[in-house]
Amino acid sequence: MEKEKVISVSGLTKKFGDFTAVNGITFDVYKGEIFGFLGANGAGKTTAMRMLCGLLSPTSGDATVAGFDLYKQTEKIKTKIGYMSQKFSLYEDLTVKENITFYGGIYGLGNRELKFQSKRLIESLGLQSEANQLVGSLPLGWKQKLAFSVAVIHKPSIVFLDEPTGGVDPITRRQFWDLIYEAVKNDITVFVTTHYMDEAEYCNRISMMVDGDIAALDSPSNLKQGHGVDSMDEVFYNLARTAKRKSD
Amino acid sequence: MRTLRFLLVKEFKQIFRNRTLLPMIFLMPLIQLLILPLAADYEIKNINVYVVDHDKSTFSRDLISMIISSGYFKLVDYDSSYKRALSEVERNKADLILEIPNDFERNLNRDRVQKVFIAINAINGTKAGLGGSYLSTILKEFNKNIVMELDHSFDGKKALKRIDVVNSNWFNPYLDYKTFMVPAILVILVTMIGAYMCSLNIVKEKEIGTIEQINVTPIKKHVYVLGKLIPFWIIGMGVFSIGFFVISWGVYGIVPIGNILLLYGYLALYLVALLGFGLLVSTYAENQQQAMSVAFFFVMIFILMSGLFTPIESMPEWAKWIAKGNPVTYFIEVMRMVVLKGSGYRHIQNHFLIMMGFAVVLNFWAIANYRKTS
Ligand SMILES: Nc1ncnc2c1ncn2[C@@H]1O[C@H](COP(=O)(O)OP(=O)(O)OP(=O)(O)O)[C@@H](O)[C@H]1O
Ligand SMILES: [Mg+2]
Repeated sequence: MEKEKVISVSGLTKKFGDFTAVNGITFDVYKGEIFGFLGANGAGKTTAMRMLCGLLSPTSGDATVAGFDLYKQTEKIKTKIGYMSQKFSLYEDLTVKENITFYGGIYGLGNRELKFQSKRLIESLGLQSEANQLVGSLPLGWKQKLAFSVAVIHKPSIVFLDEPTGGVDPITRRQFWDLIYEAVKNDITVFVTTHYMDEAEYCNRISMMVDGDIAALDSPSNLKQGHGVDSMDEVFYNLARTAKRKSD
Repeated sequence: MRTLRFLLVKEFKQIFRNRTLLPMIFLMPLIQLLILPLAADYEIKNINVYVVDHDKSTFSRDLISMIISSGYFKLVDYDSSYKRALSEVERNKADLILEIPNDFERNLNRDRVQKVFIAINAINGTKAGLGGSYLSTILKEFNKNIVMELDHSFDGKKALKRIDVVNSNWFNPYLDYKTFMVPAILVILVTMIGAYMCSLNIVKEKEIGTIEQINVTPIKKHVYVLGKLIPFWIIGMGVFSIGFFVISWGVYGIVPIGNILLLYGYLALYLVALLGFGLLVSTYAENQQQAMSVAFFFVMIFILMSGLFTPIESMPEWAKWIAKGNPVTYFIEVMRMVVLKGSGYRHIQNHFLIMMGFAVVLNFWAIANYRKTS
């Protein structure tokens, strides 16, 4: 049986002036998988992801996301995806509960659903006693977990996570991945970028970006085998050292 | 519309949680309204008027003594040579020339209408401009049938150009300068608060990145824009009301002659236009600094070219065009007309239409230029 594609990208390109940040990348993401995006700083991961979320218009190339055309049905795509940006972007001057209610409301959840989700979310994150605290006062790890939960509050088909665990301690990272697995169980396809090689191992398939191109795309075990090494670290190093682009 | 409700709740929570912004919104205008009119007191006495009297009748002498006794004018000289009068203006000895034609008395009695001519020294435009309007009021009081011709363009080199000011805009001539300025300054304060707050607010969301999280939702652009507009519209109404009732009425004792509802109708429309401007700035600016400087640039022009300090009639032609393309001009006019003169809807119909135009253009432009996909 053919696996169902939820994202299909072909020749997607983004130029900023003369500079090609993403250079005609082509790949598919299948339903229910955890798809990892790896690459050095400045490789073009965020740029690619923002194009797929409809935040940035591509220079050329085609893509369908959740069955909708990236150019013509951008707003339809937005009902089907969740996005957690690299930069924390919930409202720091609203409380935990208020952020949940706000985003749930924007995504069109009904009152009862909103109450239910808000309660469930706060409990599952263990934030009961912080529910009425301003988000700005929470530690980073908790903020990230909250941001993730808010990104999937409307039960999207796909969630895009841009370095969701950047700067977070190992324990919180584990907890974060538990949240990701739970989302997968709920039929959400996960598209995630990361710099952590242990996290790369958690992905079903990995795409390695080097200077705007996809240099390799396979499962972690196949990649290791193909390079004749036994850690993702080494795979990453082998591929990334060919990069010419300076990180910024 | 449920979405809009969530946006509004969020916006108000943020505004009322902001400990620095809130006092600024409500206190700053009050304090400024108390201080500015004192500092910007342009009430002018000792305006030097040169009377060229070709008639030399009892009537013309009555008129002159009425002008002098108003307490605002000093007679430079009184004779029948316009040329000499001009040279006095050139030497800056006279601010105004009033020329009373031959047969002034006879024509007034016979034809019931008579023209007089006023020339203004544009070098000290404010003084002479105000003088001109004081004078026109005295003339009207003296005899309703005097039609004035006013010349503003006297700057020593240009040929004289004649302008009819049969419909002078000046209606609070020399009673109290504050009465004239306070309502207009209130307009300026509401304008500044509206334009700055609105544009900065959205750009701040751009800067901290929260707007991305909004742009990735299926929210409609106009709903988002409304969610920003409505809170500032309400705040604008609030600030205006405090300034209007507490300071203008309460402290300065300016009791509006016209219909307050009419005034609020205009304010409501004006705020939509103004906030549209703020939104527009925010869609172009990348960060708060840019937004601030762009908004500041335009607000400055709006203020200077609004007829607040300098009467529009005494502006050069190019400046008049700017004044006409400036929403503040119309609101100040409406404010003075309704509050001081008691004008009704009929008189400000055009002002409504023009402001409607501003509101529609600015807001549609802003919505069109707001991109969820960059
Ligand atoms: N708006 C922009 N204008 C110009 N250049 C940009 C813009 N956005 C990104 N770039 C450039 O495009 C390249 C790719 O950036 P991108 O943010 O996609 O990298 P990344 O893989 O996400 O890196 P990181 O791991 O540091 O997040 C970088 O060199 C960056 O400087
Ligand atoms: Mg990135």
